[in-house]
Amino acid sequence: MPMDPETAPVRPPFESWGRYPSYDATLKPLYWQGDFPGALAGAHSGALPVGMGRSYGDVCLLKEGTLLPTTAMNRLLDFNAETGLLTAEAGITLAQILDFAVPRGYFLPVTPGTKYVTLGGAIANDVHGKNHDVAGSFGNHVPCFELVRSDGTRMLCSQKENPDWFAATIGGMGLTGLITWAQLRLQPIVSRMIDYQGIQFHGIDEFLDLKKQYEQVAYTVSWVDCVSTGKNFARGIFMLGDHSKVPAQLTTTPKPKLVFPFNAPGFALNRASVSLFNTFFFHKQMKPHVSTLQDYEPFFYPLDKVLHWNRMYGKRGLLQFQYAIPWEHAKEGTEAILKEIAKSGLASFLAVLKTFGDIPSLGMMSFPQAGIMFALDFPIKPNISFPLMQRLGDMTLEFGGRLYPAKDACMTAPQFQAFYPKWQQFTRYKDPALTSSFWERVTASEGAAR
Amino acid sequence: MSSMEHTQTATNAEQQLPIRYAPTAVTDDAAEAGPRRILVLGATSGIAEATCRLWAARGDHLFLVARNADRLHVVAADMRVRGAGYVDTAVADLDDTTKHAELLAHAVNSLAGLDLVFVALGVLGDARESERDFAEANRILQTNFVSVVSLLTWLGNYCAQRHHGTLAVLSSVAGDRGRKSNYVYGSSKAGLSAFVAGLRNRIDREGVRVITIKPGPVKTAMTAGMDIKSGMADVDDVAATLVKVIDKGSDVVYVPGKWRIIMAIIRAVPEFLFKKLNL
Repeated sequence: MPMDPETAPVRPPFESWGRYPSYDATLKPLYWQGDFPGALAGAHSGALPVGMGRSYGDVCLLKEGTLLPTTAMNRLLDFNAETGLLTAEAGITLAQILDFAVPRGYFLPVTPGTKYVTLGGAIANDVHGKNHDVAGSFGNHVPCFELVRSDGTRMLCSQKENPDWFAATIGGMGLTGLITWAQLRLQPIVSRMIDYQGIQFHGIDEFLDLKKQYEQVAYTVSWVDCVSTGKNFARGIFMLGDHSKVPAQLTTTPKPKLVFPFNAPGFALNRASVSLFNTFFFHKQMKPHVSTLQDYEPFFYPLDKVLHWNRMYGKRGLLQFQYAIPWEHAKEGTEAILKEIAKSGLASFLAVLKTFGDIPSLGMMSFPQAGIMFALDFPIKPNISFPLMQRLGDMTLEFGGRLYPAKDACMTAPQFQAFYPKWQQFTRYKDPALTSSFWERVTASEGAAR
Repeated sequence: MSSMEHTQTATNAEQQLPIRYAPTAVTDDAAEAGPRRILVLGATSGIAEATCRLWAARGDHLFLVARNADRLHVVAADMRVRGAGYVDTAVADLDDTTKHAELLAHAVNSLAGLDLVFVALGVLGDARESERDFAEANRILQTNFVSVVSLLTWLGNYCAQRHHGTLAVLSSVAGDRGRKSNYVYGSSKAGLSAFVAGLRNRIDREGVRVITIKPGPVKTAMTAGMDIKSGMADVDDVAATLVKVIDKGSDVVYVPGKWRIIMAIIRAVPEFLFKKLNL
């Protein structure tokens, strides 16, 4: 029987992956494509469709509002085994798509570092993967989708039909309406395995040289030691891979999951422990260059193995800082920001350095742009973390870059509006019934249209 | 058939959504015996849908019946994509018992026989409203009990005559004891459990398996409004259990299994004490 929207319980608080901020919200799960916009009844403080809540900050939160979880809308609607074109409801997760597609010889065209995100969420944040240089971002592989507005309008959106709505919704942070279903162009594979290589480097120049040397490899990403200074400054491991061309078994073997069992105490994460970890991680790879065959799971999703790994950062949660700086200032910007971080005394385990290629994103508000992308997360230490995030945000702006809304909990309205100059154009496509805490934050101080 | 809005989705949907995918070889034991012909009544219920996905993945043949055409359409599409060897559907309001014989005969004809029936229709209803207004109580009893009795009478006799088939019926732990919080729903399921037990005892000797399934609360659309903080079972876990027990399992199945113990305790509480509890 259909649920009664009026009696859906309030379950405070609702957290995003960074666990900061967290807000009370009413949850009204959507089970069927037709449940929206009816589920908006009584949503006086606005509503927001949400998927798995794997965004880090408040782009998937709405303080005191109504969240519309979509994960029960996870049906497969069509699959063409010859072309790899998949049509599915938007609440399906990338993990569920992989479970279906890999045994049939297909893989996601682009995948972020977790498979626990929904198809709709991947479009709404126009997520990117390790193959951005050769494949662009997620939206580049979505031929079309259906968008339903709160007034009941249903629109088929593609580059030909309703192209402006298509552009606004890719990277549109879930604010243009509900994506009910979408098409996705999968890529063929013949094996689960990845031809993997790991190469040590010292400094941004060496990283860029390696990138150039291996530009024909599909997937590249680097881990960087952001604690060490002096001769070890910006040392790291360049990791690269391609889908193995050697035909092999494609079936999935379910593996037991580890669950990070408790909230780590605040003292567990400090500069000394991270420094130790980084030194260990750098030298864990004994040789400067290793080459091996690896399953796609640990290659793409090393952290998914540990459910709730965000608990490692304790109850206070974590802040993620992720920027894209265009080539013009990429090297000097990255070095300056790395120095600023080292100076702050804050430490990050998960510092990821990558390049973005020049395939343009289809989204009006998409984050990826050609240049260097850098991401890291900090434990929350109020007196240090927030001022540091402000400084890093301002530096990013100076170097012509921008921050990623899906990972952000700190950017100011002036920063956002400078990062995303098309934001005013975007407001024309925003659904009046939908909003997010992120959107309220980054548009509030300018008295922007909501 | 027109009164039942029977839709030949097998042909219609082929035109709209061409499925070029041929199911891959399935390797589990049950599938080696060939695809089973499965009739699902209440196919858009959360538990039915999750269970059908597992049957579809092993290539079984499905005939899906539900009230809402739009929902039935996407569930059928999902089953086809996941590998069901054959999918046909009928839109029907099963509260109308006068149409049951025609519908069931059509389903059996479409599947060219019957190996398994999954009876998953049911409504939770509004417990408070059903205390005040018999109309709501009657609606719950009609859907959960009267309609299912009508369906199972026809299906029981059909299978008994052929000495073949399994009838798997979704009841509920709520039928194990009348509780103040939802006794109308509970009594509809209590009546159903008793009916199914009797039917089993009558036709078991004819070679027909009859299984009573008693789930505890499961996270589905039906329970979305229920204020249960934790302990709700995951629908995919329930579905995995059901596929196993329907293949080979006992007569009365609690899912998750812990409910067998919980309900044994709840049944054992003397009534004079039970009426003072807030269950």
